[in-house]
Amino acid sequence: MSRKILEVRGLSRIHGKGCPLCTQHTGPEFDTNICPFCGSVVAAHDINFDLYRGEILGIIGESGSGKSSTVKMLYFDDAPTSGQATFFDGAEQHDLFSLNAAQQRSMRNKRFGMVYQNPHMGLNFQISAGGNIAERLLMSDLKHYAEIRRRAGELLSRTEVSLARMDQNPKTFSGGMQQRVQIAKALATRPPLLFLDEVTTGLDLSVQAAILDLILEIQNELDTAMIVVTHDLGVIRLLAGRTLVMKHGRVIESGLTDQILEDPQHAYTQRLVASAL
Amino acid sequence: MTQAILTIEDYAKTFHLHERNKDIPSASGVNLSVYPGRLTALIGPTGAGKSSVLKGIYRTYLPSSGRILFRTKAGNIIDLAKACEHQILELRKQEIGFVTQFLYCLPRKSAIDVVAEPLFARGVDSHEARGRAEKLLAQLAVPSHLWNVPPATFSGGEKQRVNLARGLIAQPRLLLLDEPTASLDPATTERVIKHIQSLKETGIAMLAIFHHPDLVRRLADEVVELSPPIAVTELSKD
Repeated sequence: MSRKILEVRGLSRIHGKGCPLCTQHTGPEFDTNICPFCGSVVAAHDINFDLYRGEILGIIGESGSGKSSTVKMLYFDDAPTSGQATFFDGAEQHDLFSLNAAQQRSMRNKRFGMVYQNPHMGLNFQISAGGNIAERLLMSDLKHYAEIRRRAGELLSRTEVSLARMDQNPKTFSGGMQQRVQIAKALATRPPLLFLDEVTTGLDLSVQAAILDLILEIQNELDTAMIVVTHDLGVIRLLAGRTLVMKHGRVIESGLTDQILEDPQHAYTQRLVASAL
Repeated sequence: MTQAILTIEDYAKTFHLHERNKDIPSASGVNLSVYPGRLTALIGPTGAGKSSVLKGIYRTYLPSSGRILFRTKAGNIIDLAKACEHQILELRKQEIGFVTQFLYCLPRKSAIDVVAEPLFARGVDSHEARGRAEKLLAQLAVPSHLWNVPPATFSGGEKQRVNLARGLIAQPRLLLLDEPTASLDPATTERVIKHIQSLKETGIAMLAIFHHPDLVRRLADEVVELSPPIAVTELSKD
Protein backbone atom coordinates (compact mmCIF):
# COMPACT_ATOMS: atom_id res chain seq x y z
CA MET A 1 0.00 0.00 0.00
CA SER A 2 1.18 3.50 -0.79
CA ARG A 3 2.59 5.74 1.86
CA LYS A 4 1.42 9.19 2.79
CA ILE A 5 3.80 11.99 1.83
CA LEU A 6 1.77 15.06 2.71
CA GLU A 7 -1.07 15.73 5.12
CA VAL A 8 -2.82 19.10 4.99
CA ARG A 9 -5.25 20.09 7.72
CA GLY A 10 -7.30 23.25 8.13
CA LEU A 11 -5.11 25.28 5.80
CA SER A 12 -6.42 28.85 5.59
CA ARG A 13 -5.27 32.19 4.24
CA ILE A 14 -7.00 35.52 4.72
CA HIS A 15 -5.58 38.61 2.99
CA GLY A 16 -6.39 41.70 5.04
CA LYS A 17 -6.93 42.31 8.70
CA GLY A 18 -9.72 39.74 8.97
CA CYS A 19 -12.67 39.73 11.37
CA PRO A 20 -14.58 37.03 13.25
CA LEU A 21 -17.26 37.01 10.52
CA CYS A 22 -14.94 36.61 7.51
CA THR A 23 -15.27 32.86 7.08
CA GLN A 24 -18.95 32.75 8.00
CA HIS A 25 -20.04 35.18 5.30
CA THR A 26 -17.90 34.10 2.39
CA GLY A 27 -17.71 30.93 0.30
CA PRO A 28 -19.73 29.29 -2.48
CA GLU A 29 -23.10 29.82 -0.76
CA PHE A 30 -22.43 33.57 -0.57
CA ASP A 31 -20.87 33.59 -4.03
CA THR A 32 -17.91 35.64 -2.88
CA ASN A 33 -14.63 35.31 -1.04
CA ILE A 34 -14.62 38.96 0.09
CA CYS A 35 -15.85 39.57 3.62
CA PRO A 36 -18.82 42.02 3.54
CA PHE A 37 -17.87 43.37 6.98
CA CYS A 38 -14.14 44.01 6.79
CA GLY A 39 -13.32 43.62 3.09
CA SER A 40 -10.68 40.95 3.68
CA VAL A 41 -10.20 38.30 1.03
CA VAL A 42 -10.59 34.70 2.14
CA ALA A 43 -8.17 33.13 -0.34
CA ALA A 44 -8.36 29.68 1.22
CA HIS A 45 -10.36 28.29 4.10
CA ASP A 46 -10.10 24.96 5.90
CA ILE A 47 -8.35 23.00 3.15
CA ASN A 48 -7.82 19.34 4.06
CA PHE A 49 -6.27 16.56 2.00
CA ASP A 50 -3.74 13.75 2.00
CA LEU A 51 -1.25 13.04 -0.77
CA TYR A 52 0.40 9.65 -1.23
CA ARG A 53 3.84 8.86 -2.63
CA GLY A 54 3.84 8.89 -6.43
CA GLU A 55 0.28 10.13 -6.62
CA ILE A 56 -0.94 13.01 -8.81
CA LEU A 57 -3.62 15.15 -7.17
CA GLY A 58 -5.46 17.69 -9.30
CA ILE A 59 -6.83 20.97 -7.96
CA ILE A 60 -9.35 22.53 -10.30
CA GLY A 61 -11.33 25.75 -10.10
CA GLU A 62 -11.76 29.16 -11.71
CA SER A 63 -9.51 32.18 -11.15
CA GLY A 64 -9.70 33.30 -7.54
CA SER A 65 -10.91 29.94 -6.27
CA GLY A 66 -7.84 29.50 -4.08
CA LYS A 67 -6.09 26.72 -5.94
CA SER A 68 -2.82 28.60 -6.50
CA SER A 69 -2.99 30.09 -2.99
CA THR A 70 -3.07 26.58 -1.58
CA VAL A 71 0.01 25.49 -3.50
CA LYS A 72 1.87 28.74 -2.76
CA MET A 73 1.53 28.18 0.98
CA LEU A 74 2.81 24.62 0.72
CA TYR A 75 5.81 25.84 -1.29
CA PHE A 76 6.42 28.67 1.21
CA ASP A 77 5.73 31.40 -1.36
CA ASP A 78 3.10 32.61 1.09
CA ALA A 79 2.38 31.96 4.76
CA PRO A 80 -0.97 30.59 5.96
CA THR A 81 -3.18 32.40 8.45
CA SER A 82 -3.82 29.06 10.12
CA GLY A 83 -3.56 25.35 9.52
CA GLN A 84 -1.00 22.57 9.40
CA ALA A 85 0.89 20.65 6.76
CA THR A 86 2.98 17.61 7.58
CA PHE A 87 5.57 16.36 5.10
CA PHE A 88 6.60 12.71 5.52
CA ASP A 89 10.10 12.29 4.14
CA GLY A 90 11.30 8.73 4.59
CA ALA A 91 11.62 8.22 8.33
CA GLU A 92 11.44 11.95 8.98
CA GLN A 93 8.35 14.00 9.53
CA HIS A 94 8.26 17.80 9.18
CA ASP A 95 5.63 20.22 10.37
CA LEU A 96 6.07 22.59 7.41
CA PHE A 97 4.78 25.78 8.98
CA SER A 98 6.93 25.41 12.09
CA LEU A 99 10.17 25.37 10.09
CA ASN A 100 12.42 28.42 10.30
CA ALA A 101 13.36 30.38 7.18
CA ALA A 102 16.58 28.43 6.57
CA GLN A 103 14.83 25.09 6.96
CA GLN A 104 12.06 26.22 4.61
CA ARG A 105 14.65 27.26 2.03
CA SER A 106 16.37 23.92 2.28
CA MET A 107 13.03 22.11 1.90
CA ARG A 108 12.20 24.17 -1.21
CA ASN A 109 15.60 23.62 -2.75
CA LYS A 110 16.06 19.96 -2.04
CA ARG A 111 12.80 18.18 -1.37
CA PHE A 112 10.19 20.16 -3.31
CA GLY A 113 9.99 21.34 -6.90
CA MET A 114 7.76 23.98 -8.43
CA VAL A 115 6.80 24.71 -12.01
CA TYR A 116 4.97 28.00 -12.48
CA GLN A 117 2.62 29.08 -15.25
CA ASN A 118 4.90 32.03 -15.86
CA PRO A 119 8.48 30.92 -16.65
CA HIS A 120 9.74 34.27 -15.30
CA MET A 121 8.77 33.06 -11.82
CA GLY A 122 10.67 29.81 -12.08
CA LEU A 123 13.67 30.71 -14.22
CA ASN A 124 16.47 33.22 -13.92
CA PHE A 125 16.54 35.00 -17.27
CA GLN A 126 19.96 36.53 -16.58
CA ILE A 127 21.73 33.19 -17.02
CA SER A 128 21.74 30.23 -19.43
CA ALA A 129 19.35 27.29 -19.36
CA GLY A 130 22.15 25.05 -18.09
CA GLY A 131 23.04 27.69 -15.50
CA ASN A 132 19.50 27.67 -14.17
CA ILE A 133 19.74 23.97 -13.51
CA ALA A 134 23.28 24.20 -12.17
CA GLU A 135 22.05 26.80 -9.68
CA ARG A 136 19.67 24.28 -8.21
CA LEU A 137 22.15 21.42 -8.34
CA LEU A 138 24.64 23.53 -6.39
CA MET A 139 22.11 23.77 -3.59
CA SER A 140 22.11 19.99 -3.31
CA ASP A 141 25.35 18.15 -2.68
CA LEU A 142 26.92 18.38 -6.12
CA LYS A 143 29.97 20.66 -6.14
CA HIS A 144 32.12 19.66 -9.14
CA TYR A 145 31.71 21.69 -12.31
CA ALA A 146 32.02 18.72 -14.69
CA GLU A 147 29.57 16.64 -12.70
CA ILE A 148 27.05 19.48 -12.48
CA ARG A 149 27.32 20.13 -16.21
CA ARG A 150 26.86 16.45 -17.01
CA ARG A 151 23.79 16.21 -14.77
CA ALA A 152 22.29 19.46 -16.18
CA GLY A 153 22.77 18.06 -19.68
CA GLU A 154 21.05 14.84 -18.66
CA LEU A 155 18.08 16.71 -17.23
CA LEU A 156 17.71 18.91 -20.31
CA SER A 157 17.81 15.97 -22.68
CA ARG A 158 15.31 14.15 -20.48
CA THR A 159 12.94 17.09 -20.84
CA GLU A 160 13.70 17.23 -24.57
CA VAL A 161 15.60 20.50 -24.66
CA SER A 162 18.32 20.32 -27.30
CA LEU A 163 21.78 20.23 -25.69
CA ALA A 164 22.92 22.72 -28.33
CA ARG A 165 20.84 25.29 -26.45
CA MET A 166 22.15 24.50 -22.99
CA ASP A 167 24.37 27.58 -22.92
CA GLN A 168 21.76 29.92 -24.35
CA ASN A 169 19.57 32.21 -22.32
CA PRO A 170 16.04 30.80 -21.86
CA LYS A 171 14.51 34.14 -22.82
CA THR A 172 15.31 33.20 -26.44
CA PHE A 173 13.29 29.96 -26.07
CA SER A 174 9.69 29.24 -27.06
CA GLY A 175 7.06 29.06 -24.30
CA GLY A 176 6.94 25.27 -24.41
CA MET A 177 10.71 24.99 -24.19
CA GLN A 178 10.83 27.41 -21.26
CA GLN A 179 8.36 25.14 -19.46
CA ARG A 180 10.58 22.15 -20.18
CA VAL A 181 13.59 23.96 -18.73
CA GLN A 182 11.50 24.80 -15.67
CA ILE A 183 10.57 21.13 -15.30
CA ALA A 184 14.22 20.09 -15.68
CA LYS A 185 15.19 22.62 -13.02
CA ALA A 186 12.43 21.50 -10.66
CA LEU A 187 13.54 17.89 -11.07
CA ALA A 188 17.25 18.58 -10.59
CA THR A 189 17.29 17.47 -6.98
CA ARG A 190 14.91 14.55 -7.65
CA PRO A 191 12.32 15.93 -5.24
CA PRO A 192 9.69 13.49 -3.98
CA LEU A 193 7.07 16.27 -4.21
CA LEU A 194 6.43 18.54 -7.19
CA PHE A 195 3.94 21.41 -7.55
CA LEU A 196 2.70 22.35 -11.03
CA ASP A 197 0.71 25.57 -11.30
CA GLU A 198 -1.13 25.93 -14.65
CA VAL A 199 1.97 24.71 -16.47
CA THR A 200 0.28 24.19 -19.83
CA THR A 201 -1.94 27.27 -19.80
CA GLY A 202 -1.32 29.50 -22.79
CA LEU A 203 0.69 26.94 -24.76
CA ASP A 204 -0.29 25.56 -28.17
CA LEU A 205 -2.35 22.39 -27.93
CA SER A 206 0.38 20.19 -29.43
CA VAL A 207 2.95 21.64 -27.04
CA GLN A 208 0.53 21.14 -24.13
CA ALA A 209 0.16 17.49 -25.03
CA ALA A 210 3.94 17.00 -25.14
CA ILE A 211 4.36 18.63 -21.71
CA LEU A 212 1.59 16.50 -20.19
CA ASP A 213 3.20 13.37 -21.66
CA LEU A 214 6.53 14.39 -20.19
CA ILE A 215 5.01 14.96 -16.75
CA LEU A 216 3.43 11.51 -16.75
CA GLU A 217 6.63 9.84 -17.94
CA ILE A 218 8.55 11.51 -15.14
CA GLN A 219 5.98 10.51 -12.57
CA ASN A 220 6.29 6.93 -13.79
CA GLU A 221 10.09 6.94 -13.74
CA LEU A 222 10.73 8.76 -10.49
CA ASP A 223 7.53 8.03 -8.56
CA THR A 224 7.22 11.75 -7.83
CA ALA A 225 4.10 12.89 -5.99
CA MET A 226 2.56 15.91 -7.70
CA ILE A 227 -0.08 18.52 -7.06
CA VAL A 228 -1.37 19.85 -10.37
CA VAL A 229 -3.28 23.14 -10.31
CA THR A 230 -5.32 23.88 -13.42
CA HIS A 231 -8.61 25.25 -14.68
CA ASP A 232 -8.51 22.76 -17.56
CA LEU A 233 -10.61 19.61 -17.12
CA GLY A 234 -8.64 17.89 -19.89
CA VAL A 235 -5.42 18.28 -17.92
CA ILE A 236 -6.79 16.62 -14.80
CA ARG A 237 -8.46 13.89 -16.85
CA LEU A 238 -5.08 12.93 -18.28
CA LEU A 239 -2.92 13.48 -15.21
CA ALA A 240 -4.69 13.21 -11.89
CA GLY A 241 -6.01 10.14 -10.09
CA ARG A 242 -7.86 12.27 -7.57
CA THR A 243 -9.11 15.83 -7.77
CA LEU A 244 -10.17 18.63 -5.45
CA VAL A 245 -12.66 21.17 -6.80
CA MET A 246 -12.28 24.67 -5.32
CA LYS A 247 -14.50 27.72 -5.36
CA HIS A 248 -14.27 30.94 -3.38
CA GLY A 249 -11.44 29.59 -1.26
CA ARG A 250 -13.14 26.34 -0.30
CA VAL A 251 -12.82 22.74 -1.41
CA ILE A 252 -16.40 22.08 -2.46
CA GLU A 253 -15.89 18.56 -3.69
CA SER A 254 -13.19 15.93 -3.90
CA GLY A 255 -13.04 12.47 -5.39
CA LEU A 256 -11.56 10.17 -7.99
CA THR A 257 -11.02 12.24 -11.12
CA ASP A 258 -13.25 10.11 -13.35
CA GLN A 259 -15.99 10.32 -10.71
CA ILE A 260 -15.66 14.13 -10.51
CA LEU A 261 -15.98 14.30 -14.31
CA GLU A 262 -18.77 11.77 -14.78
CA ASP A 263 -20.73 12.03 -11.56
CA PRO A 264 -20.09 15.51 -10.10
CA GLN A 265 -22.02 16.11 -6.88
CA HIS A 266 -21.83 19.84 -6.30
CA ALA A 267 -23.91 22.29 -8.37
CA TYR A 268 -20.81 24.25 -9.35
CA THR A 269 -18.90 21.13 -10.49
CA GLN A 270 -21.93 20.01 -12.49
CA ARG A 271 -21.96 23.38 -14.27
CA LEU A 272 -18.20 23.26 -14.80
CA VAL A 273 -18.27 19.78 -16.33
CA ALA A 274 -21.37 20.53 -18.41
CA SER A 275 -19.77 23.63 -19.89
CA ALA A 276 -16.51 21.93 -20.89
CA LEU A 277 -16.00 21.80 -24.62
CA MET B 1 -19.77 -23.21 -6.84
CA THR B 2 -16.78 -21.30 -5.47
CA GLN B 3 -17.17 -18.18 -3.37
CA ALA B 4 -18.25 -15.06 -5.23
CA ILE B 5 -15.54 -12.44 -5.82
CA LEU B 6 -18.18 -9.72 -6.14
CA THR B 7 -21.63 -9.52 -4.61
CA ILE B 8 -23.91 -6.57 -5.23
CA GLU B 9 -26.79 -6.05 -2.82
CA ASP B 10 -29.54 -3.66 -3.79
CA TYR B 11 -27.40 -1.20 -5.77
CA ALA B 12 -29.13 1.99 -6.82
CA LYS B 13 -27.86 5.11 -8.51
CA THR B 14 -29.74 8.35 -8.89
CA PHE B 15 -28.26 11.54 -10.33
CA HIS B 16 -29.32 14.78 -8.75
CA LEU B 17 -29.11 17.65 -11.23
CA HIS B 18 -28.91 20.86 -9.20
CA GLU B 19 -29.47 23.18 -12.14
CA ARG B 20 -32.81 21.57 -12.97
CA ASN B 21 -33.57 20.42 -9.44
CA LYS B 22 -34.27 16.98 -10.79
CA ASP B 23 -33.48 13.42 -9.76
CA ILE B 24 -32.68 11.01 -12.56
CA PRO B 25 -32.59 7.34 -11.55
CA SER B 26 -30.13 5.30 -13.57
CA ALA B 27 -30.34 1.95 -11.79
CA SER B 28 -32.16 0.48 -8.83
CA GLY B 29 -32.61 -2.77 -6.97
CA VAL B 30 -29.62 -4.46 -8.61
CA ASN B 31 -28.51 -7.74 -7.03
CA LEU B 32 -25.91 -10.00 -8.57
CA SER B 33 -22.80 -12.10 -7.97
CA VAL B 34 -19.69 -12.69 -10.01
CA TYR B 35 -17.53 -15.79 -9.60
CA PRO B 36 -13.90 -16.62 -10.40
CA GLY B 37 -13.55 -18.18 -13.83
CA ARG B 38 -17.11 -17.31 -14.79
CA LEU B 39 -18.76 -14.54 -16.75
CA THR B 40 -21.90 -12.76 -15.63
CA ALA B 41 -23.68 -10.90 -18.43
CA LEU B 42 -25.85 -7.86 -17.80
CA ILE B 43 -28.72 -7.58 -20.22
CA GLY B 44 -31.67 -5.24 -20.59
CA PRO B 45 -32.90 -2.39 -22.77
CA THR B 46 -31.09 0.93 -23.16
CA GLY B 47 -31.52 2.92 -19.98
CA ALA B 48 -31.84 -0.15 -17.77
CA GLY B 49 -28.66 0.84 -15.95
CA LYS B 50 -26.18 -1.71 -17.27
CA SER B 51 -23.27 0.74 -17.59
CA SER B 52 -24.38 2.38 -14.35
CA VAL B 53 -23.72 -0.90 -12.52
CA LEU B 54 -20.21 -1.24 -14.00
CA LYS B 55 -19.39 2.39 -13.22
CA GLY B 56 -20.72 2.00 -9.69
CA ILE B 57 -18.41 -0.96 -9.12
CA TYR B 58 -15.41 0.95 -10.52
CA ARG B 59 -16.57 4.01 -8.53
CA THR B 60 -16.72 6.25 -11.58
CA TYR B 61 -20.21 6.75 -10.17
CA LEU B 62 -20.83 7.21 -6.47
CA PRO B 63 -23.50 4.62 -5.63
CA SER B 64 -26.64 6.15 -4.06
CA SER B 65 -27.42 3.05 -2.03
CA GLY B 66 -26.63 -0.62 -1.69
CA ARG B 67 -23.47 -2.59 -1.04
CA ILE B 68 -20.82 -3.67 -3.52
CA LEU B 69 -18.83 -6.34 -1.72
CA PHE B 70 -15.51 -7.26 -3.28
CA ARG B 71 -13.35 -10.13 -2.01
CA THR B 72 -9.72 -9.01 -2.31
CA LYS B 73 -6.77 -11.23 -3.14
CA ALA B 74 -5.85 -11.09 0.54
CA GLY B 75 -9.31 -12.45 1.37
CA ASN B 76 -10.80 -9.27 2.87
CA ILE B 77 -14.27 -8.09 1.96
CA ILE B 78 -14.37 -4.42 0.94
CA ASP B 79 -17.56 -2.45 0.24
CA LEU B 80 -16.57 -0.60 -2.93
CA ALA B 81 -19.48 1.79 -2.44
CA LYS B 82 -17.81 3.12 0.71
CA ALA B 83 -14.08 2.36 0.37
CA CYS B 84 -11.71 5.33 0.52
CA GLU B 85 -10.35 6.75 -2.73
CA HIS B 86 -6.81 5.52 -2.18
CA GLN B 87 -8.10 2.01 -1.59
CA ILE B 88 -10.09 2.17 -4.84
CA LEU B 89 -7.05 3.43 -6.76
CA GLU B 90 -4.97 0.57 -5.42
CA LEU B 91 -7.65 -1.99 -6.35
CA ARG B 92 -7.85 -0.50 -9.86
CA LYS B 93 -4.12 -0.90 -10.19
CA GLN B 94 -3.95 -4.44 -8.87
CA GLU B 95 -7.26 -6.25 -8.96
CA ILE B 96 -10.12 -4.63 -10.89
CA GLY B 97 -9.94 -3.80 -14.61
CA PHE B 98 -12.46 -1.95 -16.75
CA VAL B 99 -12.68 -1.98 -20.52
CA THR B 100 -14.83 1.04 -21.34
CA GLN B 101 -16.21 1.95 -24.72
CA PHE B 102 -13.77 4.79 -25.21
CA LEU B 103 -10.02 5.03 -25.23
CA TYR B 104 -8.49 7.95 -23.37
CA CYS B 105 -4.77 8.17 -23.84
CA LEU B 106 -1.93 10.59 -24.23
CA PRO B 107 -1.33 11.90 -27.70
CA ARG B 108 2.35 10.91 -27.98
CA LYS B 109 2.22 7.40 -26.56
CA SER B 110 2.62 4.50 -28.98
CA ALA B 111 -0.06 1.81 -29.08
CA ILE B 112 2.37 -0.61 -27.41
CA ASP B 113 2.97 1.73 -24.50
CA VAL B 114 -0.73 2.50 -24.15
CA VAL B 115 -1.40 -1.23 -23.86
CA ALA B 116 1.59 -1.90 -21.58
CA GLU B 117 0.77 0.98 -19.22
CA PRO B 118 -1.17 -1.05 -16.62
CA LEU B 119 1.90 -3.30 -16.36
CA PHE B 120 4.27 -0.31 -16.02
CA ALA B 121 2.03 0.96 -13.21
CA ARG B 122 2.48 -2.35 -11.41
CA GLY B 123 6.22 -2.08 -11.78
CA VAL B 124 6.68 -4.83 -14.41
CA ASP B 125 10.00 -4.51 -16.26
CA SER B 126 9.41 -2.38 -19.37
CA HIS B 127 10.96 -4.88 -21.78
CA GLU B 128 8.71 -7.65 -20.52
CA ALA B 129 5.65 -5.37 -20.44
CA ARG B 130 6.17 -4.32 -24.06
CA GLY B 131 6.69 -7.93 -25.09
CA ARG B 132 3.37 -8.93 -23.55
CA ALA B 133 1.68 -5.92 -25.18
CA GLU B 134 2.98 -6.97 -28.62
CA LYS B 135 1.71 -10.48 -28.12
CA LEU B 136 -1.75 -9.26 -27.20
CA LEU B 137 -1.92 -6.74 -30.05
CA ALA B 138 -1.03 -9.55 -32.44
CA GLN B 139 -3.69 -11.80 -30.93
CA LEU B 140 -6.28 -9.07 -31.42
CA ALA B 141 -5.14 -8.55 -35.01
CA VAL B 142 -3.87 -5.00 -34.68
CA PRO B 143 -1.52 -4.65 -37.70
CA SER B 144 2.10 -4.58 -36.56
CA HIS B 145 2.92 -1.40 -38.51
CA LEU B 146 0.60 0.45 -36.10
CA TRP B 147 2.21 -0.74 -32.90
CA ASN B 148 4.65 2.12 -32.62
CA VAL B 149 2.15 4.78 -33.65
CA PRO B 150 -0.07 6.72 -31.19
CA PRO B 151 -3.66 5.42 -31.47
CA ALA B 152 -5.12 8.93 -32.00
CA THR B 153 -5.27 8.38 -35.79
CA PHE B 154 -6.53 4.78 -35.66
CA SER B 155 -9.94 3.71 -36.94
CA GLY B 156 -12.73 3.07 -34.42
CA GLY B 157 -12.22 -0.68 -34.53
CA GLU B 158 -8.44 -0.41 -34.14
CA LYS B 159 -8.83 1.93 -31.17
CA GLN B 160 -11.27 -0.46 -29.60
CA ARG B 161 -8.81 -3.32 -29.95
CA VAL B 162 -6.05 -1.24 -28.35
CA ASN B 163 -8.46 -0.36 -25.56
CA LEU B 164 -9.37 -4.00 -25.11
CA ALA B 165 -5.74 -5.10 -25.07
CA ARG B 166 -5.01 -2.48 -22.42
CA GLY B 167 -7.86 -3.78 -20.27
CA LEU B 168 -6.92 -7.43 -20.71
CA ILE B 169 -3.16 -7.24 -20.31
CA ALA B 170 -2.95 -6.91 -16.55
CA GLN B 171 -5.25 -9.91 -16.01
CA PRO B 172 -7.09 -8.36 -13.08
CA ARG B 173 -9.02 -10.66 -10.74
CA LEU B 174 -12.26 -8.94 -11.74
CA LEU B 175 -12.75 -7.59 -15.24
CA LEU B 176 -15.61 -5.26 -16.18
CA LEU B 177 -16.40 -5.18 -19.90
CA ASP B 178 -18.70 -2.56 -21.45
CA GLU B 179 -19.54 -3.73 -24.97
CA PRO B 180 -15.99 -4.79 -25.76
CA THR B 181 -16.84 -5.86 -29.31
CA ALA B 182 -19.22 -3.05 -30.27
CA SER B 183 -17.29 -1.78 -33.30
CA LEU B 184 -15.40 -4.89 -34.31
CA ASP B 185 -15.75 -6.94 -37.49
CA PRO B 186 -16.90 -10.59 -37.18
CA ALA B 187 -13.39 -12.05 -37.50
CA THR B 188 -11.96 -9.86 -34.75
CA THR B 189 -15.03 -10.45 -32.59
CA GLU B 190 -14.30 -14.16 -32.91
CA ARG B 191 -10.72 -13.58 -31.67
CA VAL B 192 -12.03 -11.58 -28.72
CA ILE B 193 -14.45 -14.37 -27.83
CA LYS B 194 -11.60 -16.88 -27.83
CA HIS B 195 -9.54 -14.59 -25.66
CA ILE B 196 -12.35 -14.10 -23.15
CA GLN B 197 -12.81 -17.87 -23.00
CA SER B 198 -9.12 -18.33 -22.26
CA LEU B 199 -9.30 -15.65 -19.55
CA LYS B 200 -12.10 -17.59 -17.91
CA GLU B 201 -9.91 -20.65 -17.84
CA THR B 202 -7.26 -18.69 -15.92
CA GLY B 203 -9.86 -17.95 -13.23
CA ILE B 204 -10.62 -14.31 -14.01
CA ALA B 205 -14.12 -13.23 -12.98
CA MET B 206 -15.97 -11.09 -15.50
CA LEU B 207 -19.03 -8.90 -15.55
CA ALA B 208 -19.92 -7.85 -19.06
CA ILE B 209 -22.36 -5.96 -21.25
CA PHE B 210 -22.60 -7.33 -24.80
CA HIS B 211 -24.19 -5.85 -27.84
CA HIS B 212 -25.31 -9.12 -29.38
CA PRO B 213 -27.45 -11.83 -27.76
CA ASP B 214 -25.22 -14.32 -29.54
CA LEU B 215 -22.24 -13.26 -27.41
CA VAL B 216 -24.29 -13.64 -24.24
CA ARG B 217 -25.27 -17.12 -25.32
CA ARG B 218 -21.69 -18.13 -26.05
CA LEU B 219 -19.88 -16.51 -23.16
CA ALA B 220 -22.20 -16.01 -20.20
CA ASP B 221 -22.38 -18.41 -17.28
CA GLU B 222 -24.88 -16.21 -15.44
CA VAL B 223 -27.29 -13.72 -16.97
CA VAL B 224 -28.74 -10.80 -15.02
CA GLU B 225 -31.56 -8.88 -16.62
CA LEU B 226 -32.03 -5.25 -15.64
CA SER B 227 -35.10 -3.22 -16.38
CA PRO B 228 -35.45 0.52 -15.94
CA PRO B 229 -35.48 1.53 -13.21
CA ILE B 230 -36.67 -0.91 -10.53
CA ALA B 231 -36.83 -4.65 -11.01
CA VAL B 232 -34.00 -7.09 -11.51
CA THR B 233 -34.16 -10.81 -12.06
CA GLU B 234 -31.30 -13.22 -11.79
CA LEU B 235 -31.54 -16.13 -14.16
CA SER B 236 -29.22 -19.06 -14.26
CA LYS B 237 -28.32 -20.42 -17.65
CA ASP B 238 -27.56 -23.90 -16.45
